[in-house]
Amino acid sequence: MSSERKPDPTPGMSLIVKTVTRWLKGFLLLYGIFIVFYGHLTPGGGFAGGVILACCFVLLTLAEGQRTAMKTLSKNAASELDSLGLLLFLALGFVGLLEGAAFLKNFIPTPVAAWFNLVSGGFMPLANIAIGLKVGASLFVIFSVLAALKATEKKEDEVPK
Amino acid sequence: MLDYFLITLLVLMITSAVIALETRNLLASVISMGAVGLLLSIAFILLGAPDIAITQIVVETLFLIILIRATVYRDPYHMPSRSQLLGGIAGLVAILLFAVFGILMFAEFPALGHSVLDRVADAPSVTYVAQGLSLTGAGNLVTAVLLDFRAYDTLGEATIMFCAIIGALVILRRKARKSVKEKDEESDVI
Repeated sequence: MSSERKPDPTPGMSLIVKTVTRWLKGFLLLYGIFIVFYGHLTPGGGFAGGVILACCFVLLTLAEGQRTAMKTLSKNAASELDSLGLLLFLALGFVGLLEGAAFLKNFIPTPVAAWFNLVSGGFMPLANIAIGLKVGASLFVIFSVLAALKATEKKEDEVPK
Repeated sequence: MLDYFLITLLVLMITSAVIALETRNLLASVISMGAVGLLLSIAFILLGAPDIAITQIVVETLFLIILIRATVYRDPYHMPSRSQLLGGIAGLVAILLFAVFGILMFAEFPALGHSVLDRVADAPSVTYVAQGLSLTGAGNLVTAVLLDFRAYDTLGEATIMFCAIIGALVILRRKARKSVKEKDEESDVI
């Protein structure tokens, strides 16, 4: 996190790291989204893509400091995205139930003509998006909470001096 | 027989959960939560879901360690120093157990280059490989298994992760709240 000497006006790491992060974060996000969206065609999926998405925000936090990262995606917003992902997955499951089939039934038809296209595999791309949202947001929440805990611990240690 | 065992597990789980809620000691509460997770993983094994049981026990262990580090981070509990002999014997027993189970596991492995599927002719995995594409329309068979054939597993894993993170959030938030109250302002980011 920030240096211990003085609360400098620009928290985070050096200019080099910040510049590289500024260039990389878009590509990282895009790569994570690609992994999530193409999970049913190429290796990857919601879990792996979600971790990449979370890593993008972790990199942002490490490079720019927590205050800037929280402006991009606050902890509460990430927590809500986490819940939203799980609810989305549950809703997809219940749609199968409402169609008259079983819970979590693949309710979208999978015609042979659509094989190996982006829109194929029935509800799998949607479920991957839900899982990616859930995993990415929750990992970022855990990281930011533990980082905040570390920061408060440091402050508590400094107070008696 | 299985039913009685499951009911016993359930009763133990509920008892542990109630203890975790009611006890005043934070460490005891965290350990009781760990007991719930352990019993739950045993229940998963008995119900024939070994992969969820593995996920459950791994996540449970990891989050138990994180939670204990987070709650008792100043190490107030000093273990009385026992004799070196006892620790040595315990270490030896652990190494012996590890070796026995490792040898047993390697004896069970199929030969290098042969898949486990060869051994069981009518395993569901054979169906997944043979008809996965025509049944689900997904090019990636791993995702087809994760989100179609075994979607319940994925739901269970996501739920375990959600519960673990909610628990960690609750325990860590109280600490952050307290220090925010002490300092009034300045740290509105947290």
